[in-house]
Amino acid sequence: MTAVVDRPALEPADPAIVAVAPRRKRLNPTLIAGLTLLGLLVLAAVCAPLLTSYDPTAQDLSGSLASPGGKHLLGTDQLGRDVLSRLLYGARTDLRVGLLAVLFPFVIGSTLGLIVGFRGGWLDTIVMRLVDMVVAFPFYVLIIALVFVLGPGTRNIYIAITAVGWVAYCRIVRGEVLVAKSQEYMLAARAAGVPTWRLLLRHLLPNVIMQAIVFSMSDIVLSILAIVTLGYLGLGVPPPSPDWGAMIADGQQFLLDKWWLTTIPGLAVVVTGLGLSLLGDGIVERVKQT
Amino acid sequence: MAHLAFIGKRLWQLLPVLFGITLVVFFMIHLIPGDPAATLLGNRSTPQAVAALRQQFGLDEPLYRQYLTFLGRIAHGDLGSSFVYKSPVRGLVEGRISSTLWLLAAGALFSLLLSVPLAVLAASRKDAVRDQAVRIVPLIGLGMPAVWVGLMLQLFFALKLGLFPVSGFGSTVVEHAQSIVLPATTVAVALAPILVRSLRTSLLEVLDSDYVLTARAKGISRSRLLLHHALRNAAVSSVTVLGVNIAYLVGATVIVERVFALPGLGTLMLDSIYSRDFPVVQGVVIVIAVLVVLVNLATDLAHASLDPRVGVER
Repeated sequence: MTAVVDRPALEPADPAIVAVAPRRKRLNPTLIAGLTLLGLLVLAAVCAPLLTSYDPTAQDLSGSLASPGGKHLLGTDQLGRDVLSRLLYGARTDLRVGLLAVLFPFVIGSTLGLIVGFRGGWLDTIVMRLVDMVVAFPFYVLIIALVFVLGPGTRNIYIAITAVGWVAYCRIVRGEVLVAKSQEYMLAARAAGVPTWRLLLRHLLPNVIMQAIVFSMSDIVLSILAIVTLGYLGLGVPPPSPDWGAMIADGQQFLLDKWWLTTIPGLAVVVTGLGLSLLGDGIVERVKQT
Repeated sequence: MAHLAFIGKRLWQLLPVLFGITLVVFFMIHLIPGDPAATLLGNRSTPQAVAALRQQFGLDEPLYRQYLTFLGRIAHGDLGSSFVYKSPVRGLVEGRISSTLWLLAAGALFSLLLSVPLAVLAASRKDAVRDQAVRIVPLIGLGMPAVWVGLMLQLFFALKLGLFPVSGFGSTVVEHAQSIVLPATTVAVALAPILVRSLRTSLLEVLDSDYVLTARAKGISRSRLLLHHALRNAAVSSVTVLGVNIAYLVGATVIVERVFALPGLGTLMLDSIYSRDFPVVQGVVIVIAVLVVLVNLATDLAHASLDPRVGVER
């Protein structure tokens, strides 16, 4: 038995279908633009060893602070490291950490939201009060404080972002479950004696997860911004791993004369954010169309 | 009467949130791996210092006793004593809070000054070129790190053009006002994408409502309709949207203070993190969270006074 109630067969003679059918086939430019931009970024990150021959951590103090052009396309930083290499390898770090840092809150928050929304009662009360506690804190303040107490390192960044980020998914999925559980298909499934785990996973989950997926797109942007900000503050990915936030911080002292050291990694973050936002909006448009 | 009941209810709802804040901050020390006292002291660690710190935080006591002691201290306004400054955290916070409040107020004001005209421009003709152009703003703005925006503003308006100070807060009110422009603009740029999106949606809803239709039928011009009818009602939405995003606003100020070396709570917190001054970090986190809760309360009350339906609805 499928979760979604089957739609009646569409009759070709219906004029509404004639009007609707071409819309479904229409290209979604926002989605395509997002996928293209993000695809290019991922490709550049994956193919980093092919695009640059320099080691992103190799120092050359005699060639420090070189301007863009010549041997180093985007110049070198204060330790003589190739900026292009650090930018490309930094994309690997920040995209990976950004994606994983959203995956954990997504899974934990959505699971909790699904369970407490369905069960209700004291479990719901406890979890929602926990949500209230976490949302009382500004996102960055709590993340910075958690990274401080847990100590630096990528693993602790995941823990800190998960500890703060799960609440949004929990709220979204719980809200959707509260509406969905009184729908006819759920009542029918319950009346048919479908076991609870099957009810949750096969019937409820596919119908309530879409909003969480849409939110996760903008959440990845926030997650990447958080990692870049932590990197800038010296609390992010530990050195010498290249990271866009640390690159921005390193370039700050040369802002007037070597402005590109700060500008270029920042622009990389903006382009990544734009790609993810376009992808998120494209998915929303796609969902609205269907 | 309904308003008074609303205010009473809203104040009552504060209690569990404040309780939750103390609980989260209290458990922070227990998240520290290993012996929290030894870890916090780092290279300052000696057996005597560790013992003194364990006593200060009551780490040898049962957990519930530790929490009750902590709660009692907080209730009396005692935020502990700094390891580094060797003075009460409360005094340090009081000395730094004014520049944070300046930045919060100016950031909120600049956010509205930036977002409201853009939202009006977009909503004035839905799906027109200007609407499409404004809708690009959130797409680009959401991905801009506040630290980078701050540095770019520093580069152009302070270092290149010399219009504003690069960093610091000055010592007179005029210097404060000059010093706050670039940080507040940075905060506004971080918040504007969210505000523009929400305000545009609420303006479009207002423009679709029956009373606007009636006003249109009476022949009121489009600009008058937008400015006198829609915008007035959207002002309520502006306050609400700002209130919803107040935690984000406060979070942004913490980061922006660092970029512009403003002597506020954010800078105090980050400096204390670098010197592993746990009581100060703990104290600042509590104060910032309480600040968020109070500003949220203030925006809710402002909303209730702007919109007479609020007290009745809830």
